[in-house]
Amino acid sequence: MSIEVSNLTHIYSPGQPEEQIALDGISFTVEDGSFVGIIGHTGSGKSTLVQHLNGILRPTRGKIYVDGEDITQKNVSLTDIRKKVGLVFQYPEYQLFEETVAKDVAFGPKNLGLPEQQIDMRVRNAIELVGLDYEEIKDVSPFELSGGQKRRVAIAGVIAMQPGVLILDEPTAGLDPKSHDDILKMIDEMRASQQMTTILVSHNMDDVAKMADKVLVIDEGRLAMEGTPQEVFSKGEDLTALGLDLPAVTHILMKLKENGIDAGTDTFDVKEAAAAIAAALEGGAEAESSAGQEE
Amino acid sequence: MIRDITIGQYYQRESPIHRLDPRTKIIMTIVYIVAVFLVKSFAGFGFVTLCLAAVIALSRVPLSFILRGLKPIFLIILFTFFLNIFMYGGTVLLKIGPLTITDEGLRTAVFMAIRLILLIIGSSMLTLTTRPIQLTDGIESLLSPLKRVGVPSHELAMMMTIALRFIPTLLEETDKIMKAQQARGADFESGSIFRRAKNMIPILVPLFVSAFRIAQDMALAMEARCYHGGEGRTRMNKIKFGAGDAVMGLLMIGFIAVVVLERVYL
Repeated sequence: MSIEVSNLTHIYSPGQPEEQIALDGISFTVEDGSFVGIIGHTGSGKSTLVQHLNGILRPTRGKIYVDGEDITQKNVSLTDIRKKVGLVFQYPEYQLFEETVAKDVAFGPKNLGLPEQQIDMRVRNAIELVGLDYEEIKDVSPFELSGGQKRRVAIAGVIAMQPGVLILDEPTAGLDPKSHDDILKMIDEMRASQQMTTILVSHNMDDVAKMADKVLVIDEGRLAMEGTPQEVFSKGEDLTALGLDLPAVTHILMKLKENGIDAGTDTFDVKEAAAAIAAALEGGAEAESSAGQEE
Repeated sequence: MIRDITIGQYYQRESPIHRLDPRTKIIMTIVYIVAVFLVKSFAGFGFVTLCLAAVIALSRVPLSFILRGLKPIFLIILFTFFLNIFMYGGTVLLKIGPLTITDEGLRTAVFMAIRLILLIIGSSMLTLTTRPIQLTDGIESLLSPLKRVGVPSHELAMMMTIALRFIPTLLEETDKIMKAQQARGADFESGSIFRRAKNMIPILVPLFVSAFRIAQDMALAMEARCYHGGEGRTRMNKIKFGAGDAVMGLLMIGFIAVVVLERVYL
């Protein structure tokens, strides 16, 4: 499912003294089946932006087309939009409320008005998709789970609505490194098996660099940069000026390049980078030794 | 919509009223409330309104802002007005079916409406011109003589401070949870009253969980900074009784004297 955003502007409390322009004329497209990363520092408007994509917030100006349909129109059914676009908020475990995991995951599909049998199937699928054992966990209270498990259950609650587009707002915030990696792996696997269009909002440049096909950089409500991770992260200085960082791997490759060892800056994978650096060092050594021989 | 709630808000201004000792303002408010209940004639209300207007003018809080606070209570005022207007005997002015409006009823209804409006505006002046922290400091200080008989005045004041501090936090939390549940297709705007009440559960349960979590964190943070109750605790900003407070005190005595005279002689 594709999303097209055109000239999106959102103003908080318009006409009041505390008026604030949160988003200012943002346009971009998300291709069907692609993985888009949205980065920006705290307060840049990332969360406000994604809340527009499933109709939680309405734009002050501008249009949003989901699957070709304009969702900013008054008569559009919000249920329909939420069937298409699933949004997982920051710290989604704080939205859990039911007595059992299965009931909590069923909340979304139930609101869609699906028949009982289909709900059960979706709940089972969703719980298994997020990497939990359905039989083991279905009757457990969500409040008894660990932090990482709670988050998985909360994500399952959105997956169970089977959206064509899945948006995750900082899905790994506040998790330990192991849970962080597990959640990202889960997102990657889910995307591959369900062919979901995925949008990841993140602070973590490494995650975005590794996973996204396309990166949007938001700064003070404007779209500051747009492109493939290679394109965006090659402009290190511009990113630093926006208060953002480079992926760790890119950072090292850039430093090496500055100091005369050019191993390229296209990869974000540690192993690939190591191989490229090794090759560059050997190549450099050969070039040096051959230069020495010629003398 | 959730941000429109202005009850208990503080309005930052530099004014003689803002500078008063919070204790003076608390006593002033109590005296004022007693006065509003003592008054029995429209002339008396005229006097009270005049005094209130003087305080508002001195405080330099815009009238429009004060009146905005009346909006949520407008329905209650309207309700009491209509309840009163039909409830009294006397000379019939108008008859609509089984309902009769009498001169006595009309008088009482208008009287009650004025009393309610004066009460609300007057007491909101206290919170509009006093920072919550000052307010609780004032309450603590006023209650401290009761410590001897075992009233935990410091703890009561601390509880109030924390409760006030939590209002914006909980509003924000509610907003977040509502959005998250809406993203899962929850609907809070349609259906019967029972349906809507039931739909509140997905908000209330996470809200309680959050409130307990935040409270726990806060208690820990306070203990980590060696908070151990009121015993031996000093303050950064001491509240002081100044010349302005003395003047206000004298004016207050004059004010209540006029109201009592009105009650007795008019």
